[in-house]
Amino acid sequence: MTANLPDPMIPTPFVVQKVKRETSDTYTLDLTRAEGAANFAFAPGQFNMLYAFGAGEAPISISGDPARPETLVHTVRDVGNVTRAICRLKRGGVLGVRGPFGVPWPVDRVAGQDVLIIAGGLGLAPLRPALYHLLNHRGEFGNIEVIYGARTPKDLLYLRELERWRGRFDLRVHVTVDQAEGDWHSNVGVVTKIIGRTRFDPPSTVALICGPGVMMRFTVLELLNRGLKPEQVYVSMERNMKCGIGLCGHCQWGPFFVCKDGPVFRYDRIKAWFDRREV
Amino acid sequence: MAPKRKPKLSVWKFASCDGCQLSLLDCEDELLTIAGAVEIAYFVEASRAMVKGPYDLTLVDGSITTAHDAAVIQRVRRASKYLVALGACANSGGIQALRNFTDVNDFIDAVYAKPQHIKTLKESTPIAAHVKVDFALNGCPINKHQLLAVLSAFLQGRPPMARSHSVCVDCKLQGNVCVMVMGAPCLGPVTHAGCGALCPTYHRGCYGCYGPKETPNPAALSAWFSQRLGMSEANLVRAFRAFYANAPAFRQESEAHDK
Amino acid sequence: MTASSLKVGARVTLAAGDFQHLLDALAGRGYRVMSPTLEDGRLIYGEIGKVTDLPIGWTAFQEGGTFRLEHRQDQAFFGFAVGQQSWKQFLLPPHQTLWQAQREGSGWGIIPQVQEIPQFAFLGVRSCELEAMAVQDRVFLQGAHVESTYRARRESAFIVALNCAHQDPGTCFCVSMGTGPRATAGFDLALTELLQGEEHGFVVEIGTDRGAEVIRQVPRRAATSGEVDAAARAVAAVAGNMGRRLDTTGIQELFYDNYEHPRWDEVAARCLNCGNCTLVCPTCFCHTLEDSMDLPGAVAERRRRLDSCFTVDFSYLHGGSIRTSPRSRYRQWLTHKLATWIDQFGCSGCVGCGRCITWCPVGIDITEEVRAIRETAAGPPKE
Repeated sequence: MTANLPDPMIPTPFVVQKVKRETSDTYTLDLTRAEGAANFAFAPGQFNMLYAFGAGEAPISISGDPARPETLVHTVRDVGNVTRAICRLKRGGVLGVRGPFGVPWPVDRVAGQDVLIIAGGLGLAPLRPALYHLLNHRGEFGNIEVIYGARTPKDLLYLRELERWRGRFDLRVHVTVDQAEGDWHSNVGVVTKIIGRTRFDPPSTVALICGPGVMMRFTVLELLNRGLKPEQVYVSMERNMKCGIGLCGHCQWGPFFVCKDGPVFRYDRIKAWFDRREV
Repeated sequence: MAPKRKPKLSVWKFASCDGCQLSLLDCEDELLTIAGAVEIAYFVEASRAMVKGPYDLTLVDGSITTAHDAAVIQRVRRASKYLVALGACANSGGIQALRNFTDVNDFIDAVYAKPQHIKTLKESTPIAAHVKVDFALNGCPINKHQLLAVLSAFLQGRPPMARSHSVCVDCKLQGNVCVMVMGAPCLGPVTHAGCGALCPTYHRGCYGCYGPKETPNPAALSAWFSQRLGMSEANLVRAFRAFYANAPAFRQESEAHDK
Repeated sequence: MTASSLKVGARVTLAAGDFQHLLDALAGRGYRVMSPTLEDGRLIYGEIGKVTDLPIGWTAFQEGGTFRLEHRQDQAFFGFAVGQQSWKQFLLPPHQTLWQAQREGSGWGIIPQVQEIPQFAFLGVRSCELEAMAVQDRVFLQGAHVESTYRARRESAFIVALNCAHQDPGTCFCVSMGTGPRATAGFDLALTELLQGEEHGFVVEIGTDRGAEVIRQVPRRAATSGEVDAAARAVAAVAGNMGRRLDTTGIQELFYDNYEHPRWDEVAARCLNCGNCTLVCPTCFCHTLEDSMDLPGAVAERRRRLDSCFTVDFSYLHGGSIRTSPRSRYRQWLTHKLATWIDQFGCSGCVGCGRCITWCPVGIDITEEVRAIRETAAGPPKE
């Protein structure tokens, strides 16, 4: 996917149209270009470098619907200087955008397959565009199942959408939390426990996974134990990024530049590095 | 988020040469902008204003060497939302921490005609040994541009950053040829960046004025100083016992050679 | 001599006494001639105008952590192996302001900075340095995104290579890496210094039409076969006298299969994680972007600055750094340089220049580290 902004090193101003608070520290921003061509085309799984004036940049996955490129959507968690500045923007605020960058989810190469989407915490944000794509082309795929886990009910993203998805007959959605609170009456436990309840046909299944490192590690193990091959599993990785275009060296993970060889990786390609520490 | 009214700034001095807070006054061009952006509530060196706390931003210069100061710093911390410790004294105890390696009474007897009138603590300790420090700006003295960056970050409502890698990085970026490889001992490889590699730019080895860098390896450096550059044990002690003598990494190293 | 004999590949001889004409010809074409020179008793790459600006009659003793300038018995112009600096500082400046942003109402606008593209002529570029430029070309010019400042400066640079001769290759191992000492491509002109008693001159190989144009303006004659042989012998002598050796057989597997080798702990005890090796290395390209704002908060700026994977925050990811231990950072650098670089760019990251050995303040020697790991290497991991 080539960048559709002029100079990949110069941010383009986008205006905040809407801010939705998802959880105590996570916000979804709807953005439109400040000027120029209206649409922002991207592939599910790609990210942008988002710039907060004077504070700096952070790599944030695009979390919107690729079929609706007139609005650019990002879900951001406040974890540092830059993300805090982004999360504090209100309607009318301006954010800089460089992108889209990175290797996307293989949604256009898995026609006819069953698809498992497994997300932990904020990991649902980069997977949501993939799910949108699958649902927009529902007839092209087999079973689609989503497993989504968060620490507590208060940490769940996209609650209203989750409810809508659960209401569909052509999709199975399992939501789980590590720790129940309040009036939570659904699944409790880690995401890997739910995998046993999913219905997929191992030879023709693809799994897309994103979440904290530990969660991805155990999820991959569980899937391999249930008959999936490494070539059928995709993970989304993250590393410190500065340029986002493979020139500054910061995002290296072994031989891979997460910004341009990833962030989505097919597991067989990276499995020798996946469990290595301090790499 | 930076408050809408002008934030109150207070500047406090403990045991120090005063150089670090003087760095603020050295920001001649920016002083007016600063004065416009903050209310200088308490800054004895600059103004007679003595506005009561709480203070939004407190800068502390100097180390704690008396019981009186040990009490004052507690009050200062309670009255401060965000506290920044400036310089070698505030962050490690300063050069006056040389007393920590011996009996301070010996110094008092040698210096004062009437030593019985002098009351002081046995050790010179950094601010962080007494209260929580929100941000440490290292240096002896601090770099005024870094101080401006701290003020700037505070006014913009975000924590400041000062990279803690070696002086060598800045030195190479200046285009300097390494003084150590050319034969002169230099503490740059174990010292925190911030001065812009001032001394090596003038072909002198670094003195370690900004204290230990992140994950320093002084033992490896000392081994080279003694085995390849012929430095005596006594001089190794002196090398690590300067402005940041009491910083743990430097302290351990000087003690290892002080048998 | 006829114009047609100044073809690419032709060799001419330039007397040392006529060398100034070469400098004048380059300056006359608007080039800023950057060359080895001495400044305050230090060997650097700086701008020169006169032959006397060259380090004539100087050589350098080099060992791990040691560099000493010494007088030679002769008046060689280039009688030393490479110094600390490399040409990368001119192709991608270590500091660069990329753009500024100014507040406009509730938003802001970007003001790109016009980048200075000097017309450089690099004089005295060693074969290992040509190879290092070729390596950086792969990094900056052959990906989906091109580094525009690097490209502009690279394209405009005139290169006068120098085949290494009459020098002590103290920490060099270009022969092991297949990168020298003879320059074979990528130059406009290539010089080999000849010193035989009273005879002092340079055999000049013409590498490009652009090089031929410059040589046309310089007093010269066709090189004799004796001179060409003497040049080849001088270079061969350097090749046979390398300061170090690095066995690159199966080097990728060596690193990939020995991630937990105890040698990493051993070198970590000696390593200062100061970053000097990365900063002197002619192929290390990692840089960072820094954003700042002025005190009133009206103007923001983005700067690029050379960086090093030896810093803790290089691998920072919300909450902490991935490579916190010094051991992991040394391992990262050496593994990248010798092994993963090959996966990334199809060539080694190391050109055997020896700078990381000479300019390590404590003389850590990568050839020794590789040898140590090889000697007690584990086999491939069991599946």
